[in-house]
Amino acid sequence: MVKITYIDSSGEARTIEAQEGSTVMEAAIRNGIPEIAAECGGGCACATCHVYVGEKWVALTGKASDQEEDMLDFAYKVQPNSRLCCQIKVTPELDGLTVTTPDRQG
Amino acid sequence: MSESIKTDVVIVGAGPAGLFAVFELGLLDIKAHLIDILPKPGGQCAELYPEKPIYDIPGFAKLSGQELVDALLRQIEPFHPTFHYGEMVESLEVLGSADAPLFRIRADGGQSFECKAVIVAAGGGSFQPKKPPVPGIEAYEGKSVFYAVRKIEDFRGKHVVIVGGGDSALDWTLNLQPVAKHLTLVHRRDEFRGAPHSVKAMRELVTAGRMELRLGQISSLKGEAGELASVTVKDASGGSHEIPCQRLIPFFGLTMKLGPVAEWGLNLHENLVPVDAGTFETNVPSIFAIGDINHYPGKLKLILCGFHEGALAAQKIYHYVYPGKRLTFQYTTSSSSLQKKLGVN
Ligand SMILES: Cc1cc2nc3c(=O)[nH]c(=O)nc-3n(C[C@H](O)[C@H](O)[C@H](O)COP(=O)(O)OP(=O)(O)OC[C@H]3O[C@@H](n4cnc5c(N)ncnc54)[C@H](O)[C@@H]3O)c2cc1C
Ligand code: FES
Repeated sequence: MVKITYIDSSGEARTIEAQEGSTVMEAAIRNGIPEIAAECGGGCACATCHVYVGEKWVALTGKASDQEEDMLDFAYKVQPNSRLCCQIKVTPELDGLTVTTPDRQG
Repeated sequence: MSESIKTDVVIVGAGPAGLFAVFELGLLDIKAHLIDILPKPGGQCAELYPEKPIYDIPGFAKLSGQELVDALLRQIEPFHPTFHYGEMVESLEVLGSADAPLFRIRADGGQSFECKAVIVAAGGGSFQPKKPPVPGIEAYEGKSVFYAVRKIEDFRGKHVVIVGGGDSALDWTLNLQPVAKHLTLVHRRDEFRGAPHSVKAMRELVTAGRMELRLGQISSLKGEAGELASVTVKDASGGSHEIPCQRLIPFFGLTMKLGPVAEWGLNLHENLVPVDAGTFETNVPSIFAIGDINHYPGKLKLILCGFHEGALAAQKIYHYVYPGKRLTFQYTTSSSSLQKKLGVN
C-alpha cells in the first residue's frame, strides 16, 4: 500500500492508503476524498480530477502527456504543478505523495 | 418561428438509451424524433469516452464508446429517425389526457414538437458549457459573457476576448476577428489543440497585427450593470494585464447538468426520475424515462439496462399511439413483418 495525502482547498489534509497500480484519482474516489469529481471516470476527457502536486513530488510524478495538457486547458487556475490525477499511476516510489485539490473542478 | 413538428414520440437525449429506443419503437411502427444539445449522437459514450473500451455490452467482448454509437446508428437506420442536434429541450407541456395523450415540447432554438409520448433519455443531464470560476461572472452572462455564439451581430464593433485553445475557440476567433473592433485570444500556453490550419491562420492574423494572442488565464472582470469593460489576464510569471473587453467568450469544455428536465412536472428523487419498473413510465402518463436518468429499485446505471428499459417502454407506448390495437409479440429472427420493417426481407 502507498500512502497519499490529499489537502483540500481549505487546507484540511486526508491521508489514505492507495493500491499500487490504481490511479491517484481512483484512490481518491474509493476513499471519498472531496473536491475530485472525475466525471469521465479516468478517461482523460473531463479535467474534473485536477490537482496540484506537492512540490517535492513533481519530478517523481512526471510530466503531463500531450493529451493531458490538452485537457488541462479545460481546468481552472492551472499551475506548473497541475496534473489530472487519473493520469498519475500509484507506484511504490510515490509513497507519501501529497496533492492539493482546487476549490472548483467544473 | 417554424411550424410545430408532429410525430409519435419525441426522445430527449441521443445517448445509447435514446438511440436504441428508436429501434424498439420502430419495430412497433412508432416514429420518433431525437433531440440532443450535443452536436452529435452518443451521449456520454461519444463525449466522454469515445476511444475507451466497454467490456459489458452483451454479445461484444470489447467495443469502444464510439464503435457502440456507430453500431447503434447503423442498427436504427431502417427506421429513419430524425435527429435535432445542438438543441436543448426547454419545456414540456401536457396538452392531452391519459386517454388521449398529447404533449408540446419546445427546444431552445425555437422549434416545437407535438407528440403522443415522450421518452426522457437525458442521462446525467444535458451537456452544458463549463463556466470559469471568475468571481462575479454570472452578472455578465447573456449580456457580455457568452458560452456559445448565436448571433455574430452581437459582436460587431466590440472589444472581444475569446478564451481557449481548441477548435471552438480558434474557429470563433477566425469568424469574429473581421467583425470585432479588436479581438484578443487568451490561452494558458502557446500550444493549441485545434486544427493546425486554424492555428496557422490565427498566428498569421497576430503577425499582421490584426488581432492579439495573450498567454495566461483570466483572473477577474470589471464592468457595470452586466456590461463588461475589461478583463484581467494573469500570465505564467504572475504578471497581470488588464485588457479592454465588451464581449467575453470562454470555452472550457462541457459538463453534465440536469438542466430543464427538473421543470417538467416529473417527480424527482435526487436528480433522477422515478419510474415504474415494468413500463418505465413516470408519474405523468405517457412520459417515460430510460437510461441513466431514471430511478427504480435495483437500478444500475449500465448501458445494457438502458436497452432493456427502452424495449419495455416501447410496449406501453404502443397502446398510447395505437389505442385499442392489439400488440402481438414477435421475434426479429422469425417474423416476416418485422423483417420487412428492417428492410431485410
Ligand atoms: C468513463 C465512463 C465509462 C463508462 N463505462 C461503462 C461501461 O463499461 N459499461 C456500461 O454499461 N456503462 C458505462 N458507462 C455508463 C454509460 O456511459 C451510461 O450508462 C450511458 O451513457 C447512459 O446512457 P443514456 O442514453 O441514458 O444517457 P447519456 O449517455 O448521458 O446521454 C444523455 C443525452 O441527453 C442529452 N440531454 C439531456 N438533457 C437534455 C435536454 N434537456 N435537451 C437536449 N438534450 C439533453 C445529453 O446532452 C446527452 O447527450 C460509463 C460512463 C463513463 C462516464
Ligand atoms: S477523471 Fe476525467 S480527466 Fe481525469
